[in-house]
Amino acid sequence: MISRTERTATYAIAIAFAFLTLAPLVGILFAAFHPPGALLNGVSVPHSLSFSTFSNAWHRGSFGRLMLSSLIVASSVVAATVVLSIPAGFAFGTMRFPFSSALFFLFLSGLVIPFEALIVPLYYHFRDLGLTDTYWALILPQTGLSLSFGVFWMRAFFRATPRSLLEAARIDGASSWTTMTRVLLPMGRPAILTMVLLVFMWTWNEFLLALVMISDDAHRTAPLGLSVFKSRYGIDVPSVSAAATLVALPVLVVYVFLQRHFIRGVLSGAVKG
Amino acid sequence: MLDGAWISFFNWDGITPRSWAGLANYRELIHDGAVHSAFLHSLVLIVFYSLLPVTLGLVLAATLSHTRIRGLTPLRTIVFVPQVIAAVVIGVAWQWVYDPSGPLDAGLRAVGLGSLSRAWLGDFGFALASVGVIGTWVTTGLCVVLFLAGIQKIPLSRYEAARVDGAGPVKEFYAVTLPALRGELAVALSLTVINALRAFDIIFVTTKGGPGSSTTVPSLIIYQRAFVSGEVGSAAAIAVVLALVIFTFAAVTTRLVEVQAE
Repeated sequence: MISRTERTATYAIAIAFAFLTLAPLVGILFAAFHPPGALLNGVSVPHSLSFSTFSNAWHRGSFGRLMLSSLIVASSVVAATVVLSIPAGFAFGTMRFPFSSALFFLFLSGLVIPFEALIVPLYYHFRDLGLTDTYWALILPQTGLSLSFGVFWMRAFFRATPRSLLEAARIDGASSWTTMTRVLLPMGRPAILTMVLLVFMWTWNEFLLALVMISDDAHRTAPLGLSVFKSRYGIDVPSVSAAATLVALPVLVVYVFLQRHFIRGVLSGAVKG
Repeated sequence: MLDGAWISFFNWDGITPRSWAGLANYRELIHDGAVHSAFLHSLVLIVFYSLLPVTLGLVLAATLSHTRIRGLTPLRTIVFVPQVIAAVVIGVAWQWVYDPSGPLDAGLRAVGLGSLSRAWLGDFGFALASVGVIGTWVTTGLCVVLFLAGIQKIPLSRYEAARVDGAGPVKEFYAVTLPALRGELAVALSLTVINALRAFDIIFVTTKGGPGSSTTVPSLIIYQRAFVSGEVGSAAAIAVVLALVIFTFAAVTTRLVEVQAE
């Protein structure tokens, strides 16, 4: 059937593919273990596992504050998205009401419109409201966009629950609210976790909005801080690499433990959208 | 959105009061060389962000699932990693790759091709392609994971039937795998083309549109005009055009997927 050489060749392709994917990332990780300011040539394997460049970059770039900002923004967006999209998804998924499909289409359009197209009016509105250089300027627009996905995602979940379950709950005298909170939500934990992870990742990684809305040090998010750090210390490859690693690390760690959720979410979000 | 369209009818630097411009901002776009080349660059990026990863993804996914090797799950986890990393971080990593003292040029020198080495992102001829390759790197893994999932849904009996008919791996690919993946293919194409059209983060971090204007893209020009050079009306007009392009594209692909599903 399948020959030995063919099998070996496939393994070789798989390994080469994985290697090419990881190489740039492992490369900067290696670079980050060199002393700050060191001149590197090509891939340079570190002699020792010294974290001094990381702590150095952490202090010089105030990454403590940047991470805190990112954490505040990301957790607010996640919380708002969860609280708002579950009931909305429940309504779209289980009830019939006037204009439901038109409304849902409105939500869906948010999946397609990118910030790139909205950023100009968004900025001037927020400036008029005096909200630039505040966390609100990051939280509100991103909650809006995340809701598109959240409502779409929770609707798909509620739709997939068997009708008989809803009817059984109603016969037992449960209101819509009890049905949602007591019957469906416990079942929906994996779906909700997936949504939480994806929204957290998107918010954490977001760049353009922060670039436009935030000009003061106090409210910068981690990716924006990295970009500033890079333009300030660009030649210092080890330090910039360490800073980049710090910014990527939180999402990466969560991904390593819960990768199934990430992959499932992105794929089914993509396939159905 | 509508508001953006409204702004696009004005002459406005973002600070002083605006003045009505009518369609002038749009008329100027038609003759605006910078905007033309930005959209042209988008077309080039579509090749790197979309066509190349989708093709590579198809071939890789088909090859990997053909021999049914072990270790597909860890491979999936690894090649999906670029999806969860901030674009700014990816920009930093690739800028290091392309640096004259980075691994790419060092590798070229090591194998005696030192004459080919260059500052990839600073080279007028190569900067756009170099940025494009970053997109290919990011997206190919996503396509592979998407297509692997699609292939797993194909009943084995279809492959057996093809084999009984004497189909080789290539014929099997065209007769069984490709038709079954039509849905995934449409999804991958629409997703990646939209990503190419809105590309901003990586380009902003690596080249800022340079050298010269060799890697400008529409979203970068929107940013520069609206927030750096104070041509807000013009930026809003470009944003409207970009949004329309993306919308039309999304609508057309959704239609195509729906038609195929029926």
